[in-house]
Amino acid sequence: MGRRVGLLDLDLTSPSTHLILGVDGLQPIEDKGIIPPRVHGLSYISIVLFSPEELIPLRGVDISNAIIELLAITRWEDLDYLIVDMPPGIGDEVLDIIRLMGRSFFLLVSTPSPLALETVGKLLFLLLELKAPILGVVENMATKPTSEVKRRLEELEVAYLGAIGYDPELDDALGHVDRVMRTRFMEDVGKLAGEVESRLHKGVHRQ
Amino acid sequence: MHEWALAEGVISTASRVAAEEGLEEITEIVVMVGELQQVDREALLFALEQQRTPNMMKTRFRIDPIPARMRCRVCGEEWNFKREALDNDEAEAVHFLPEIAHAFIECPNCGSPDFEVTEGRGIWLASVRGVRMAG
Ligand SMILES: [Zn+2]
Repeated sequence: MGRRVGLLDLDLTSPSTHLILGVDGLQPIEDKGIIPPRVHGLSYISIVLFSPEELIPLRGVDISNAIIELLAITRWEDLDYLIVDMPPGIGDEVLDIIRLMGRSFFLLVSTPSPLALETVGKLLFLLLELKAPILGVVENMATKPTSEVKRRLEELEVAYLGAIGYDPELDDALGHVDRVMRTRFMEDVGKLAGEVESRLHKGVHRQ
Repeated sequence: MHEWALAEGVISTASRVAAEEGLEEITEIVVMVGELQQVDREALLFALEQQRTPNMMKTRFRIDPIPARMRCRVCGEEWNFKREALDNDEAEAVHFLPEIAHAFIECPNCGSPDFEVTEGRGIWLASVRGVRMAG
């Protein structure tokens, strides 16, 4: 309990964490760099703090430059965990994090859909090839007790961390953190968080 | 003051260069500052002065402004960035994150936001001069 947690939304072209957190009109604090503002106890950085409304079309090199800029100017406090939310797939964001944040552990999320599993599978192969530490995979929006995700992971010898059940009430709660916290979705997330933390403390072996 | 963090990056990069090159004293650091990011020259200089390391006691800091140039990826048009093209809030956002320019600037010829910043995006360390260790 009582961990100091930062959240860095690195989905620069389609950020969404601000919608879940109900962030509106929040400004970065300028002091020898950027101090992440606090949102519901999280130290929070997203591109929406700098440009809330606008559509920002960015290509690869722009994305890399923006990520370097954000990492260089942000002054995170002394955190227990910094969670970096990434867009799906193996685009520039993932490659930059592997290149620039060498101490990161990867936690992958897949829905049971074979389409999502295909994308996550590619990312897994990339991470395994680069010997990046993988915490495991979480199955999101699970609808069935038997899991294709789990079966596929066993083949790859990657940990299946558990499932978050499909919660039709989640969408209505978005933007209202107190309501989000009371959803079945968050109940499942809470269980997984314990599992993830104990794995981090045991030390994830680098493949 | 965000220039402090930029200066911090310059100082740490220059220190690394000095260590790699075996410089015991750094005599000059040249920093190029692209106009797109609208870095405050005085604030940057102040921050550099304040963050001098022991081997930078006599370092001269030179800050050269570089005009920002853009080229449209759709029609090939090239143009210079003008500060007046942005209102204050926009300018501040671009100051923090130059890539946000893509939200506010478009090609003057065809209107596309798909342009590249060919020169003068941000801040970079151009050169480090110093005195090598004897032996
Ligand atoms: Zn054009």
